[in-house]
Amino acid sequence: MTLWWAIAAVCAGCYALKLAGLAAPRRVLDHPTVRRFAELVPVALLAALVAVQTFTHEGGLSFDPARVAGLGAAVVALLLRAPFLVVLAAAAVVTALARILLG
Amino acid sequence: MEDTTPRSAAVRDGLGVGLAVGLSGLAFGAAAVTAGLSVPQACVLSLLAFTGASQFALTGAAGAGGDLVAATLGALLLGGRNTLYGLRLADLLRVRGPRRLLAAHGVIDETTAVAMAQPTPEAARTGFVTTFASLYVTWNLTTLAGAYGTSFLGDPGVLGLDVVGPVAFLAILWPRLAGSAELRGLAAGAAAIALCATPFLPPGVPVLLSAAAVLVVLAR
Repeated sequence: MTLWWAIAAVCAGCYALKLAGLAAPRRVLDHPTVRRFAELVPVALLAALVAVQTFTHEGGLSFDPARVAGLGAAVVALLLRAPFLVVLAAAAVVTALARILLG
Repeated sequence: MEDTTPRSAAVRDGLGVGLAVGLSGLAFGAAAVTAGLSVPQACVLSLLAFTGASQFALTGAAGAGGDLVAATLGALLLGGRNTLYGLRLADLLRVRGPRRLLAAHGVIDETTAVAMAQPTPEAARTGFVTTFASLYVTWNLTTLAGAYGTSFLGDPGVLGLDVVGPVAFLAILWPRLAGSAELRGLAAGAAAIALCATPFLPPGVPVLLSAAAVLVVLAR
């Protein structure tokens, strides 16, 4: 399997997965449990993505002080009700500064 | 800025998320080329796969010398959450025919979060389209720039760009957590499941597995 075939499979597969959700029959959606499931699932997945992208590296748990400092800055910005862009900028700047300070 | 209609607020949200998150395409382009992909390969992934976590998963695993079949499966498992987003969005978007084929390409974390955060269905549709358009254009342009510029940029971590992804997800999640202790519990449980599973499962699977926390909430 060459890299191009892997890329083609990922592109086609990701599109099919997206379309499958939008095109699912209505009666599937009309079930209250399915509805609630679909409401709750993004919360779980987003939280998991935050955790995995912050605290893991190449398939193992890892603690990157600079990245955690950036996430902390984002939490402070969110508590202060800062706009989205400010939250992202604060996190990136704090992460970059922490990397300089921590070597 | 405070006195806005739901639709103009949705445009603002969409542009904010789209432009800001789109910038992390710089990190993807750089990571992809560092992992051994060519510039066209990085760009094709951003144009046609257009779901960041899966793209990162494929290039990360391919770059680490991993098996390409496993890397592909990991990326697809990660893309499986977009199916669940699509189930949720189908109600809000109500698109049919060719428009559905186009809208499907935009069913990702960011567009779903912005659409679901809007107070009315019209605002949700506006938020979806604005986020999709601004994120698609920015993500692809910055993928190209990041891929070409890798030799000059070196490590995007120097600019703190690697933190943009998780922070964007956190900022999107925040308003929902603020209003509900149940959702905070769900988020904490899901994060714990994903972290505990990470050492034992291929990349992409722990995030999907975290959806099991939803079953606990549903069973209560």
